[in-house]
Amino acid sequence: MKRLAVAVVLAGLPGVAPAQPPSAELQTLKVQGNVYLITGAGGNIAVQTGNQGVLVVDTGVAAMADKVVAAIRKLSDKPIQYVINTHVHADHTGGNEAVRKAGLTYVGANVTGNLTDAGVGAQVYAQDNVLKRMSAPSGVQTGVPFGAWPTETFLSGRKQLFFNGEPIEIIHQPAAHTDGDSLVLFRRSDVVVSGDIFVTTSFPFIDLDRGGNIQGEADALNNLMEIAIPGVQDEGGTYIIPGHGRISDQPDLLEYRDMVTIIRDRVQASIKKGMTLEEAKAAGLTRDYDGRYGAKSGFGTGEMFVEAIYKSLIKKK
Amino acid sequence: MKLRLTSLGLGIALGSAFAQGPGGYNPVGPGVSLAGNWGPVFHEDAHERGPGPELVNYLGLPITDGARMYGLAWDASRFTVPEHQCEVHIVSYIYRGPYNLRIWEEHDPDSQKLVAIKQYIDNYQQTRTIWMDDRPHPSDAAPHTWMGFSTGKWEANILTVSTTHLKWGWIRRNGLRHTDQATLTEHFIRHGDNLTHVSILTDPITLTEPLIKTQDLVLRIQNGQAWLYPCEPVVEIERPRGTVPHYLPGENPFLHEFADQYKIPLDAALGGAETSYPEYQSKLKKATAK
Repeated sequence: MKRLAVAVVLAGLPGVAPAQPPSAELQTLKVQGNVYLITGAGGNIAVQTGNQGVLVVDTGVAAMADKVVAAIRKLSDKPIQYVINTHVHADHTGGNEAVRKAGLTYVGANVTGNLTDAGVGAQVYAQDNVLKRMSAPSGVQTGVPFGAWPTETFLSGRKQLFFNGEPIEIIHQPAAHTDGDSLVLFRRSDVVVSGDIFVTTSFPFIDLDRGGNIQGEADALNNLMEIAIPGVQDEGGTYIIPGHGRISDQPDLLEYRDMVTIIRDRVQASIKKGMTLEEAKAAGLTRDYDGRYGAKSGFGTGEMFVEAIYKSLIKKK
Repeated sequence: MKLRLTSLGLGIALGSAFAQGPGGYNPVGPGVSLAGNWGPVFHEDAHERGPGPELVNYLGLPITDGARMYGLAWDASRFTVPEHQCEVHIVSYIYRGPYNLRIWEEHDPDSQKLVAIKQYIDNYQQTRTIWMDDRPHPSDAAPHTWMGFSTGKWEANILTVSTTHLKWGWIRRNGLRHTDQATLTEHFIRHGDNLTHVSILTDPITLTEPLIKTQDLVLRIQNGQAWLYPCEPVVEIERPRGTVPHYLPGENPFLHEFADQYKIPLDAALGGAETSYPEYQSKLKKATAK
């Protein structure tokens, strides 16, 4: 019943339906350095803690927001100062409002003293396309509450922060899973948060309606490959928190990158042979990976992946 | 009679005291010591384990259709991609290769309880921990590793090990791989200076039934073996960024090579559970006799 309720809530929001449904209980794992992973709230959530406060990457679905805030509070009682969204989908941004309200922004100088709401809640960072897709054209009602919108967006390729003694980079990946994807790199902890560019639970979901594209997805995976440096004997080193699924490292990502590239090449070859979309979908082009990455239904199925690649490549022409 | 009973009682009491030790724990525990340096004996599957298997030789492996398709798409040139060059042989495969194996025990210093049996394998410099203290396996969200997460228990004098949290890795190093959902059960059986290793690999995604293999090792009392395996990837072939060498479906140029060389039907070379059983030999004879 709870899952049904969550699904109903999600249905009203843009870019919905998580690849993994929220679970009753959240789970918190230390990744390395100052970074933790919270699972079970829809999309994965990363939390960086330190003397200055708390920074949260993604916030899960709205229905789990109170539990997410409680889980964050178990890690640190310092103020939540920043929320970063890796992309627009509701299983990653649904808890924005609640997490933001649980935090604060330090303000000062002569002007902010007269702005009563300047210090209310944490700042929410995202690439500008996330805000565009969460809000709506003038005069049109948005499905996302105003309090969940990003408060700080960036247009250039990256945004940099220094927080809790650590350089943090938010690196835009244009037209990948969506058009507003960002990687979040914690340079001292050596952890990178990928959003749904990389998941360990299904094929990539390329959201064509929100600006996603197979070549951008492949490029983003290759960018991530270059950021993640494996440790001694090809293991560990930079850890990757995927959008869904388990903590990974570069060899895990490598298997996924290879899979995406191989299937893209197969679809490309099918188009060259003159296959229609339906023929390509029926050709079993993902059969070697279906057992591992094929979602049974919803987002991330093999057929959806082939369709998204096909449409991306046709559009490119 | 009374004295004898008393002696028996004392004997039991003393025996019990020695066996239990301070705090009621038996520091010796069951099982045998596997400690020492061991080297593999290559009398099983020597050709595959040394020079390596032929391309499209999947004979005797209970692979799924999906695993076969993965293998047929695999191009050996993938080894030249820098990120693949230092890829470690997964724990379910590493005992097949040439290597030196060192085994030692780690005990709690206060109780002398056996905490872990550790292994160091020089091939890819892998250190493996087999936890013997009944600890649970990690969360599903925890990282997967080349050696996985292993717990062990003694079954009489056989060390039985259960391993989860594996990465993708070789079933056979000609393109057949199991996924990160695979699990491994092993038995280490010591017979004096010989050690038999039995591995049972389960992966519902790439195997239709468990893959069972055995390897034998001998105790090495002389030092001087090589114990290091430094590996540094380099660009061997310049390619466009993100290139993954692979064959498109139906375009593997080596599809028939192994089957033709050994004059067996292609179906046999493509493997499957049926090809791993002795009865398949008679079927093969009939097929080749036609």
